[in-house]
Amino acid sequence: MLMTNLNHVESAENHKKILEENENVMICCGRMGPMCLPVYDIMEELEDKYKDVKFYDMDFDVPDAYVIKNAPECAGFMGLPFTMYYKNGKVVKATTSIQDMDQVSSILDEYFEKSEYQHSKVAD
Amino acid sequence: MNNIYDVIILGAGPAGLSAGIYVSRAKLKTLILNEGTVGGQVILTHEIANYPGVETTNGFQLINTMKKQAKDFGCTIKANLNITGINLLNKIKEIEVNGSDTYKAKTVILALGGKPRTLNIPGEENFKGRGVSYCATCDGEFFTDKEVVVVGGGNSALEESVSLAKYVSKLTVVHQFDHFQALPYYVEMAKNNPKINFIMNSELREIEGEASVKKVKIENLSTGQISELNTDGVFVFIGYSANIDKVKDLITLNSSGEIVVDNNMKTSIEGVYAAGDCIEKRYRQVTTAVADGTIAALSASDYLMNFE
Ligand SMILES: Cc1cc2nc3c(=O)[nH]c(=O)nc-3n(C[C@H](O)[C@H](O)[C@H](O)COP(=O)(O)OP(=O)(O)OC[C@H]3O[C@@H](n4cnc5c(N)ncnc54)[C@H](O)[C@@H]3O)c2cc1C
Repeated sequence: MLMTNLNHVESAENHKKILEENENVMICCGRMGPMCLPVYDIMEELEDKYKDVKFYDMDFDVPDAYVIKNAPECAGFMGLPFTMYYKNGKVVKATTSIQDMDQVSSILDEYFEKSEYQHSKVAD
Repeated sequence: MNNIYDVIILGAGPAGLSAGIYVSRAKLKTLILNEGTVGGQVILTHEIANYPGVETTNGFQLINTMKKQAKDFGCTIKANLNITGINLLNKIKEIEVNGSDTYKAKTVILALGGKPRTLNIPGEENFKGRGVSYCATCDGEFFTDKEVVVVGGGNSALEESVSLAKYVSKLTVVHQFDHFQALPYYVEMAKNNPKINFIMNSELREIEGEASVKKVKIENLSTGQISELNTDGVFVFIGYSANIDKVKDLITLNSSGEIVVDNNMKTSIEGVYAAGDCIEKRYRQVTTAVADGTIAALSASDYLMNFE
């Protein structure tokens, strides 16, 4: 079980249900490792800002993680984590290895809604 | 001056979090701004066995505890930001974030840490996660029975080579000098491993492939000759450099690009302190970062006592 504050994809069946019930989904499939933690951290931070996107993680080592590992979009991936972006159940983008805030945000902006988050002009 | 913080700390690695714990515990209004994930290099560390008082832990756990301590003392932490402006010269310092928010403070502690050096050669960025890796523990298994190149000649490069050799069929260490910087123990371990070969006095010039890495171009630094080596992966372990890009034109640095401080972690600018891996020092460890952060915090507190 991944020790993050994200919702977890528990099984292949759960994965199917999530994709059926949600239009925009981002799933990061990894371990509690150095390349994965930054991506979970970014997702936790973006959850409030992209209300129309559902953010999940999935443990790379559970057998049902084949739903991501074996996806054709992940062919040739050799770096954890594998991160998937789904729209209406279809993969619109997949990335391998560590990503930064700008990379994740620009994918979300491109494939899902634009960020509604606005920084306040005068910071507290 | 309600909107003005007593202390802004740039960087939420061990140095920044330790400074945050001390200043917020002293009831100073404290904000930590971090460009990446909270934890800095520590989250790259699978096992930490040399932090006194903690038998063995991993970076994630250690940093989560530090983060919680800082927050519990009242410190505000904002992470994954882009620091777009830094003005340290005035009495009230200003930090601009994401091109929009400006935060003000009476004193600033720079705890910017370090980042892994990259090769900066054609193909490196393109094949990241498709053969190019910076973490053997994370990605080693994807290279089972494949051939890889490891770039570097320090402790990390040789230690990670030995760990990668468990998976791969052949491993070639490419190192720019004719000798290793690593401790003899790591050199022996690598040399005794039959899967590990060495190409010395050489540097990678290009990484090529299609869907994933297929070969590298290597220059022999003595002869200038370029040769090609077929490989399925490239692991890069060529050390760390201080994260000084955003302050390099503001503050005094030494010739290695590290921030110069005195014994109290005071920089060349009044009211600005620095701590951890970004400062001029010999040993870079969690313990030394934590100690620097503590000193910087106490010095900043002292400075604020006489602040008018
Ligand atoms: C693979 C590896 C293994 C290690 N193993 C050990 C070990 O076992 N034991 C040990 O004691 N030490 C170990 N170390 C060393 C230890 O991790 C570092 O010495 C320590 O993390 C330094 O702490 P720091 O706070 O100075 O910097 P960092 O940990 O580098 O943190 C700096 C933070 O500042 C942020 N930042 C950078 N620029 C800016 C900016 N302009 N504005 C705001 N924020 C910014 C960064 O994103 C980062 O989060 C290891 C290091 C590595 C890489």
